[in-house]
Amino acid sequence: MNQRVTFRGWWLPILLIAPQVIISAVFFFYPAGQAIWQSLFIPDPFGLSSVFVGLGNFEFLFSDKFYRASFVTTAVFSILVTLCSMIPALFLAVMADRLIKGSGTYRTMLIWPYAVAPAIAGVLWLFMFNTRVGVVSWYLGQLGYDWNHVLNGGEAMGLVVVASAWGRISYNFLFFLAALQAVPRSVIEAAAIDGARFWKRFWTVVLPLLSPTAFFLLVVNIVYSFFETFGVIHTITSGGPQQSTTILVYKVFADGFVGQDLGSSAAQSVILLFVVGLLTIIQFKYIEKKVHY
Amino acid sequence: MANKINGMVEKRGSGLWLTHVFMVFGVLIIFFPIWLAFVASTVTQPEIVKPPMPLWPGDQLWENYSKALVSGINVPVSTMLVNSFVMAISIAVGKIIISLLSAFAIVYFRFPGRNFFFWMIFLTLMLPVEVRIVPTYEVVASFGMLNSYSGLIFPLIASATATFLFRQFFLTIPDELAEASRVDGASPMRFFWDIVLPMSRTNIAALFVILFIYGWNQYLWPLLITTEPEMNTIVMGIKQMFPSGDDVADWPVIMATSILAMIPPVIVVVGMQRLFIRGLVDSEK
Amino acid sequence: MYTNFRFAIFKFVSLNMQSQKVNLVTPFFTFKNKKRAEVKFFWLLFLTKHLDGCKGEKNMKKYLAGMLIAATLYSPVSVAEPTEVHFWHAFTGRLGELVAAQVDDFNASQSDYKVVQTHKGNYSETLNSGIAAFRANEQPHILMVFEVGTASMMAARGAVRPMHEVMKLSGAEFDQDAYIGAVKGYYTSTEGDMLSLPFNASTPVLWVNRDAMAAAGVDPDTDLSTWQSVGTALTALKAGGEECPLVTAWQSWIHLENFSAYHDVPFATKDNGFAGLDTELTLNGPAQVAHLSAMGQWAKDGKFIYTGRRNEGGANFRAGECALFTESSAGYAGIKKEAEFDFEVRPLPYWKGVGNSPQNTIIGGASLWVMEGHSDAEYKGAGEFLSYLSSTDVQAQWHQDTGYLPITAEAGDATRASGFYAANPGTEVAVLQMTANKPTANSNGLRLGSYDQIRGIIDEELEAIWSGDKSAQEAMDSAKERGDALLRRFESANR
Repeated sequence: MNQRVTFRGWWLPILLIAPQVIISAVFFFYPAGQAIWQSLFIPDPFGLSSVFVGLGNFEFLFSDKFYRASFVTTAVFSILVTLCSMIPALFLAVMADRLIKGSGTYRTMLIWPYAVAPAIAGVLWLFMFNTRVGVVSWYLGQLGYDWNHVLNGGEAMGLVVVASAWGRISYNFLFFLAALQAVPRSVIEAAAIDGARFWKRFWTVVLPLLSPTAFFLLVVNIVYSFFETFGVIHTITSGGPQQSTTILVYKVFADGFVGQDLGSSAAQSVILLFVVGLLTIIQFKYIEKKVHY
Repeated sequence: MANKINGMVEKRGSGLWLTHVFMVFGVLIIFFPIWLAFVASTVTQPEIVKPPMPLWPGDQLWENYSKALVSGINVPVSTMLVNSFVMAISIAVGKIIISLLSAFAIVYFRFPGRNFFFWMIFLTLMLPVEVRIVPTYEVVASFGMLNSYSGLIFPLIASATATFLFRQFFLTIPDELAEASRVDGASPMRFFWDIVLPMSRTNIAALFVILFIYGWNQYLWPLLITTEPEMNTIVMGIKQMFPSGDDVADWPVIMATSILAMIPPVIVVVGMQRLFIRGLVDSEK
Repeated sequence: MYTNFRFAIFKFVSLNMQSQKVNLVTPFFTFKNKKRAEVKFFWLLFLTKHLDGCKGEKNMKKYLAGMLIAATLYSPVSVAEPTEVHFWHAFTGRLGELVAAQVDDFNASQSDYKVVQTHKGNYSETLNSGIAAFRANEQPHILMVFEVGTASMMAARGAVRPMHEVMKLSGAEFDQDAYIGAVKGYYTSTEGDMLSLPFNASTPVLWVNRDAMAAAGVDPDTDLSTWQSVGTALTALKAGGEECPLVTAWQSWIHLENFSAYHDVPFATKDNGFAGLDTELTLNGPAQVAHLSAMGQWAKDGKFIYTGRRNEGGANFRAGECALFTESSAGYAGIKKEAEFDFEVRPLPYWKGVGNSPQNTIIGGASLWVMEGHSDAEYKGAGEFLSYLSSTDVQAQWHQDTGYLPITAEAGDATRASGFYAANPGTEVAVLQMTANKPTANSNGLRLGSYDQIRGIIDEELEAIWSGDKSAQEAMDSAKERGDALLRRFESANR
């Protein structure tokens, strides 16, 4: 890469890179710096005054058991979303891969939900499970199950997980299908010749070959459930009941824009900064590895 | 040997109908929420409010959709659609232009601060809007960009992913091409226009599909900075259509809006399926 | 208004649009006349040049940002129009229609000012958009703030302009003594000056669906004045097949805040916050816990149906699905419009023998605050509008249409004189209940900082009781602990 042919001059490249750098500076780095700075203060909601409190905001946060619980909620939520989106996707991909004809049609049908925004997905699922008009909750009621995600934290969690995982099934399906189709026929045939039945073949031969894809999807899905499910939670539960679906990202928003506690919100941003940093490092470690692979 | 392979093929054949059953079942489950939304958008409010609602479309399709498009609840849905289009297209196009240029600069030039800028772009990956939500809002507000397209677009327009993708691609362009154009005395920008850009066409198209959907589906950011209903995008505007507690939600109109909100990205994804899949795989996200 | 713009660089994105209110042409990186804008971004000035446009006017602006982003903007020619006064409120449905009618009437009555009313979501959302808008210097002139936001607004001295000052400046008719004390008290400074206009003040009452009572075999005229007798009625309703015997709106306001005042037990120390910022919640007292335990038991037995934190239950009651409904007296507007059954207003029940019940209930609803940062001409317009809203005819009509309390004694007298109370039995219940006794330190109202958030906490804890996750004592202890933490934060931010 270092031996590449390059052009002369320094002002042209600076000019070319300027838009990206300026936007990054103004809308990324400056606000991030501000978040760190603001995390040391308690401002009043109107921005008229602020009191320096050092690490007081962090102390306040970590002494708040709901904030600590929010880490657990986030972890549970991410793991569930990842599992609920990957397992059905893998199953469907394996099925689609068995079909010589028609897998394209199914694929077309299955990628629809990917295009549906998380917030819209939230509205659709809320509609099905609405305690007043929801079809599914009504039929559940007929079966004697009293669905009420407004009061029941477990049901609320289940609903936001399913609504978040729904669109991701498409995404994961596409990657699994591509990976399956890349498995050399000869490997499968060799296993078949050895007399291995389909599921045995799948477990012993195919799944190991899928593991790089699966690991990649694992990371990507966790990142997704951390940062891109805000719309689902906001539309369905707004973090309730009793903050049982308040993930970290939702809490930053809720404390900052609903609670008007800007100091706490900024401190949470700083904590999130570390979380994202960690996730990004993991992500890139993996991608680097894949390049060598 | 031949027999055994035939046996395997037979085995595949015998399970085929079962596979189809599974697939159809999977598709139906996946599709059900969308179907239900569509049905709800074609019936009357009383039909929905008295559960269970019907599972087959009614005859109110025209009424509900025209009500949504023309009058909406806070603002006509057509206005929100226009806003969403402007936002999604500008974000996609803007990201592509900005990333193309910066990737070009990084790959084809050696200039002071190159490494610094490269790392700076890289680090933006670590700063999703969620970790700088309040300060970014303040920056945009201090520019007077609340309730404006520039406020919707600019903060989302820098993309490290696209920059890396283009950088990766430029590195595969044979050195000879650049060498030749340098020998010919062509300017760097001519090389960019005549060689690099045409070669990147497919990548650009694939990325456009992905970025269009990314822009269209934005929720948190428009929610923060568009306080005027006239600037709402459709994806965030739907939540605003729910009443604040006092009234019953106008479900047929809300569901018609949901359907309208998913049509453009669905058309893009389904219609440009190959580009879309390529874009997904390329951008790794 | 016609606007046309093009992105010079995004050649193919070219749109023509029409809009009434919003300047779709948004300058790239333009600074408006903003107090604080400059403070923050000196360093950006080297890359941006800007031409200021007067706020509210759409002057032609041109701007070039860097080499890449060039935008040419054509803005419409401005026309001399009446001074606009922006008014953000939280009303939808029937109340929204009534406010819109008042605004239209005011606009038609004179030509100097034009009030522009905008619905900004529910009470919390309206307050939050007001605060966010103030930080962005886009605040409206008049903001509706619900009663629990009062302490926050009072503490924000640089953000609000006290009503008495606005009225003085505008020269509009204004006599503080004309307002009813119990209503005004909530929004008056310690010096006795009115800080905001108590536009919509209400107090909780018990709504009865007489048809549902009869259908379940319960005498619609049965005594419901105490919770003891309500408990008996609920059991009978349930036994009679009623699926929703009791539903409530605004649970924290009715079953904790008003409950405490009504039984003359403290909700918070320091006279519920009136006497200082160093106040602590006392909502986990025995009286409150006993009430919530009973409610929790009713919830468990299916006698009390929980529908949501705000007024979600109103939809169920208006649809005739519920027998009893604890809700603001202002539910009147919607119930009268939609209910297709025989309904009745009763006083809010109390526990006989607990505290000094029945003391008096306190107000809820919202008041109108005038925000800082506008021109004198606009304040004049705001003053005129507030004066219009307080005028006897408008107030009397508002009171009769909505069930909100009359805010001036004259409006109350006019209503009585018109024979409205006689013709509509029960409409006076709220007024009588609120003014029954001289308020004590426990029944003056609440003045607690960050109370919107604290109410959110209380809502969460109440939900835990209804779902059976926590006992009433556990939930209220937790609410106190969490609420006190916010009170301490508010205290340190406003020291």
